[in-house]
Amino acid sequence: MRTQGDLELVHLTKRYGDTVAVDDISHIFAPASYVCLLGPSGCGKSSTLRMIAGHETVSSGGIVLHGMEISDLPPAQRGTAMMFQNYALFPHLNVRDNVAFSLRMKGVDKATRHKKAMALLDLVDMAHLADRLPAQLSGGQQQRVALARALITEPRVLLLDEPLSALDPFLRIRMRAELKRLQRELGITFIHVTHGQDEALALADECVVMNRAVIEQAGPPREVWGAPRTEFVARFMGGHNVLDWHGARVAIRSDEVRIVASGGVAATARAVEYQGDRVALTAKIEGGEEITALVSDAAFFAQPINPGEALRLGWDEGRLHRLEA
Amino acid sequence: MAVSRNLQGWLLAAPLTAVLAGFLVLPILTIFIVSFWQATEFSIIPAFSLENYQFLLTSPVTYQVFFKTFVYAALVWGLTLAIGFTVAYYLAFHIRSEATRMVLFLLCTIPFLTSNIIRMISWIPFLGRNGLANQALMSLGIVDAPVEWLLYSDFSVVLAFVHLNTLFMITPIFNTMMRIDRSLVEAARDNGASGWQILTHVIIPLSKPGIMIGTIFVLALVMGDFITVRFMSGSQSANVGRLISNDIALLQYPSASATSIVLLAVVLLIIGALMRFVNIRKEL
Repeated sequence: MRTQGDLELVHLTKRYGDTVAVDDISHIFAPASYVCLLGPSGCGKSSTLRMIAGHETVSSGGIVLHGMEISDLPPAQRGTAMMFQNYALFPHLNVRDNVAFSLRMKGVDKATRHKKAMALLDLVDMAHLADRLPAQLSGGQQQRVALARALITEPRVLLLDEPLSALDPFLRIRMRAELKRLQRELGITFIHVTHGQDEALALADECVVMNRAVIEQAGPPREVWGAPRTEFVARFMGGHNVLDWHGARVAIRSDEVRIVASGGVAATARAVEYQGDRVALTAKIEGGEEITALVSDAAFFAQPINPGEALRLGWDEGRLHRLEA
Repeated sequence: MAVSRNLQGWLLAAPLTAVLAGFLVLPILTIFIVSFWQATEFSIIPAFSLENYQFLLTSPVTYQVFFKTFVYAALVWGLTLAIGFTVAYYLAFHIRSEATRMVLFLLCTIPFLTSNIIRMISWIPFLGRNGLANQALMSLGIVDAPVEWLLYSDFSVVLAFVHLNTLFMITPIFNTMMRIDRSLVEAARDNGASGWQILTHVIIPLSKPGIMIGTIFVLALVMGDFITVRFMSGSQSANVGRLISNDIALLQYPSASATSIVLLAVVLLIIGALMRFVNIRKEL
């Protein structure tokens, strides 16, 4: 569905010599949505983001934002702003001047630009550290400053290149909640590149899964996770077993696999992983495929199974999900 | 245990201390002491006297020569900075391939494979009255008579200095520039900076430590030089180095020492002032 504020990729392609990094992708990003571009390293997600930002030239195809073709415009005139993976704060400028940088480039006078910078720093809760240099800040604080610096240009689309990858796990979860809050408050589109599916599931209104330079599947996270279209998506999003079943490739959610007394398929336990609330039991079924069952810890320890032991695994036939080749 | 650790530390530091004491501190101390001695045409009198300094600081020649030295230093600094920065910028930001960059950088060092005296002398047949430069200018019809100021002039002195010393500017600036995170340039562009603004607001401020180190090299080399000025000016121009070397040739060691001490003090003052502007410690 097209609306006024769409960001649209039209047959977008990026070639580096003979290698194709992004292969003829077309996609429409709805306005004011949080989109996660997801995929393994080298899948083309970063190249796509950098083309939208204008830091990479487009080999062929186009990028349309707000009804305007932007792929030939310089980065600052596109209505996009980018937050870099390592934040790329200017080490010689203090926090306030970093945030005010774009205004300074435009020739805005000092008082005005400092006032605006302080307003943005307030938004990300960093106003009290405005006089510090980037080297005197923690990773999370640097990220807030980078965010303020990107937002001061009043972009329609904020592009985030693996923004959470440099943070420790606790901070990562806190910052992602904050990113989501900011996106909702500002009502602009965030395009967030990540290789972590948990991050994408937690944040996104729309997940775009890329693999080998093309979009493998796009949709709301529940749809992508619950109904993976291909084997790659099923494996990459996790929580699924992929197996051959009566001549077709099918996926079954790990938490839908049960240990049964009779029926089902015979299997040999391979590994048992205790995960707190659940136990992940990996077993090899006849025919050679490995299947993981997620069983509640109570159920598992009522009848514990050790690696090497034989067992039977069963599932509801109706929960098998057919994959495209 | 603590004592022996302490002793170990002193022992480890001792060799370098001995070398520096013997080859740096002691000679300077000697020069300092000798600068207070007196000398006549045929003898040196080890007595404390301020005569040398008095003569030095009241003679108009001293001020002229120091002024000339500053002029050379300033001109050479400006030119080597302009050339050095441009070359370093080109190498660091315009050359994409690491291999090409290294090859081009090594090319810059090729002049240093010959001694600096030979490099200097090789300018003479090029710049002389019937040299290559004048022949080319005349055959192109740009001038009718040979240009006289090409050789044995301030022009040739500065030219030789720049030729000899530009690499000392290129290397530290190049080194600092290579450490600038490339994403900073992209971030600046993302924030709407033009190419010129990226240069003035990002690259130059971040290259300052390299510029400062290059500046110290070039200033120290030019202010302490005497041979380049002598060869390239055909002994028609003088800087402080030549003043000292002339005194030495006349065996006026006390007077040479006094001039050396003043020159040393001036150079240290300049470097001290420069260090106040830029913190180069993080670069070393």
